[in-house]
Amino acid sequence: MTSPDAWPPADSGTASPAPSDYAEPVQPAETAAVPPRAPALAVRGLAKRFGEKIAVNGVNLDVPAGSFYGLVGPNGAGKTTSLSMATGLLRPDYGQVWVHGVDVWAQPLEAKRLMGVLPDGVRLFDRLTGEQLVTYAGLLRGMDRETVAGRVADLLRAMDLTNDAGTLVVDYSAGMTKKIALASALIHAPKLLVLDEPFEAVDPVSAANIRDILHDYVDSGGTVIVSSHVMDLVQRMCDHVAVIANGNVLAAGTVDEVRAGASLEDRFVQLVGGRNQAEGLEWLRTS
Amino acid sequence: MVAHLVRLKLTLLRNGFKRSPWQLVGVILGGLYALGVLVLLIAGLVLLATHEPGIGRMAVILGGAAAFLGWALIPMVATGVDMTLDPARFVTFAVPMRQLLLGLAIGGVIGIPGLATLLAALGQAAMWWRQPVAMVAAIPCAAVAVLTCIVLSRLTTSASTTLASSRRFKDLSGIIGIIPLMLLGPIIIGVTEGLQSSRDFLPSLADTLAWTPLGSIWAVPGDLALANWGVAAARFAIGAAFLALIAWLWKISLARALVTPPYNAVTRRAGGRLGFFSRFPGTPTGAIAARALTYWFKDPRYGASLISVPLIPVVMFFAFSQGGDFSFMMWLGPIMAFLLAFGISADISYDNTAFALHLTTGVSGLADRAGRVVACAVFALPVTLVFAVVPFFWLGSWELLPGVLGLSLGTLLTGFGLSSVVSARYTYNVPLPGESPFKTPPGSTARMMIVQMGGMAVQLLLVLPEAGLLLAAMLTGDAIWSWAALAVGLVLGAVLLFVGLRAGGKWYDRRAPELLQAVAVNK
Repeated sequence: MTSPDAWPPADSGTASPAPSDYAEPVQPAETAAVPPRAPALAVRGLAKRFGEKIAVNGVNLDVPAGSFYGLVGPNGAGKTTSLSMATGLLRPDYGQVWVHGVDVWAQPLEAKRLMGVLPDGVRLFDRLTGEQLVTYAGLLRGMDRETVAGRVADLLRAMDLTNDAGTLVVDYSAGMTKKIALASALIHAPKLLVLDEPFEAVDPVSAANIRDILHDYVDSGGTVIVSSHVMDLVQRMCDHVAVIANGNVLAAGTVDEVRAGASLEDRFVQLVGGRNQAEGLEWLRTS
Repeated sequence: MVAHLVRLKLTLLRNGFKRSPWQLVGVILGGLYALGVLVLLIAGLVLLATHEPGIGRMAVILGGAAAFLGWALIPMVATGVDMTLDPARFVTFAVPMRQLLLGLAIGGVIGIPGLATLLAALGQAAMWWRQPVAMVAAIPCAAVAVLTCIVLSRLTTSASTTLASSRRFKDLSGIIGIIPLMLLGPIIIGVTEGLQSSRDFLPSLADTLAWTPLGSIWAVPGDLALANWGVAAARFAIGAAFLALIAWLWKISLARALVTPPYNAVTRRAGGRLGFFSRFPGTPTGAIAARALTYWFKDPRYGASLISVPLIPVVMFFAFSQGGDFSFMMWLGPIMAFLLAFGISADISYDNTAFALHLTTGVSGLADRAGRVVACAVFALPVTLVFAVVPFFWLGSWELLPGVLGLSLGTLLTGFGLSSVVSARYTYNVPLPGESPFKTPPGSTARMMIVQMGGMAVQLLLVLPEAGLLLAAMLTGDAIWSWAALAVGLVLGAVLLFVGLRAGGKWYDRRAPELLQAVAVNK
């Protein structure tokens, strides 16, 4: 389960050589026919520019099916932009994305059926109650009413939101809002879950419950991608990890490969750099 | 510290202008307008005082009392009027209470309403130019009066913060605020008529007000001019005591507000009630219709346009009824259809980034477009029918009913088709979810005007056939034209609705991610 599938054949798995200049993007891999065991998510030469700023600079990534994949990087590294492009929310300038062999930007409807997405920094339809919102997500997926009703009840119970099911989402706390958005992403039992900062503002008990749900999901053959700032969490929870900074993948592989004996946090700081020496705030010493 | 607070207010104002030059233009235009009104007002007062001192004195008292009431009540209704110096933001700073109060009060004068009130209050001193004692005394009176205005507004806002921090109150006050605004015309007509009939009422009202905190401070210069020294002193004492009292109350409520952060009381509710979701079919289109209809009733931004439905006939009635000819009410149906159908033309802009859910679930453009139209049609269709038919009971002649029905339904169906295309292609900044429906996001006016004007112009063009037939029916008096307008309205409207749904859906399918980017800019 942990060995990365070699698909598409070009430089998969490890740190990708980033294109030196945005103007010469890497050639996307050939649009091959769907191979027998495609990775859950394959990204080739993904790039996006916002005005002068190059947010994502030729990202290559392979997420093996059945893996629990962590995406880590400093603020503004391009995690959210990459995930938005990978999930069909933001059209890339260059590059291609496959979900289980389905091209996200060529066959968006087929690809979206395979994915459950928790985007970061978007609003919810928060004038609906929690129950209505999850129901809405299920019905939008074209599921029938009975299945939706059953799953909504299960999800609300799993997220510990049963007692707030009839409260408007706008009145939810930040953590409850995250949980209800996660429930909306799970309702159609996707094969791949893409979660952008799923644990932000979620209380420890709920976070542990959600981790259990996600581990069960991975054990049953699903694939999870989470982005996070919390190295400790990723090291404990994930089996694979990729480090992104300045729009490039600096390292990718199994957690043990990437951390190479050190803790993930130390390795991350070593890769990304930018630690300040403790100087300059002498006046802050109270004595 | 007081100087710091005043400077902070000025800096905030200046930075606001830097962010959007249009805001500066708006402030300059508003300032010029206020200045013009002020000059007219003061000139009028001076003239009045010279020729009829009694009436001048009465006008100052009544106007002053109205200013007090306005300052006290308007900020409560229009949420978010000016919270740049919201006391809650000073919670973490150790500012002495006395200085915080003074700084906030003086900061409150900065801005068009504050400066206009200050100038008007000082300006009324000029009307006593013949009596130097009254004129000199008018200046400290004006200072007390302006401070009273500011403190009153701060007191009512801080007293209502517990209410205002509850979402339900915010939603409601946003909607309720539109009612007096829309009815402003009829209200003014009614009030002026009432005043004309009871001319004797005003002086006695002014005399009474002069002994209440609302009018006393404004009456002082007039009393001095009449050499009623004792009365003047008593009224000044009332005004000053009132200021002291409300300042003390403000201090208490502010002190309390600083240690009790706003808390949104929410009652937890278990599920089980799916609302419209259990009434619409369990398909993507049905779900979108249920969601959109829920928003029409729960989101104040939609509610504000919904509440205008019963108000429009009232406004029309007052606007056109002067001649005693009521045939204009016949156009109520088409006008209502026009407004309601255009109401969904900014639907995706209103969704803001919540629209991402439609994107990740892979909803087809047709389902999205159709669902929003169905939701609006659920109430727009009956409303349009009622408004098209009811005026004819009044008019008594029924020959034109088919034609008016045709134009109304044609307008509604065409408008739905057009809105489906417009909202899939042209987004503009609208008030964000949870914001006051009256707020206009900076820098959006030009684009909004172009999209709306363009859309309405196209709409008018598209309903020309049935409108022309209805006109022919009116001119010739031949019922055949009227029936033809009904047939054309229904058929052409249905065809245009179908075309609009298909075209909008196709556009949506092609550029849904770009739509999300466009609405995400506004946050």
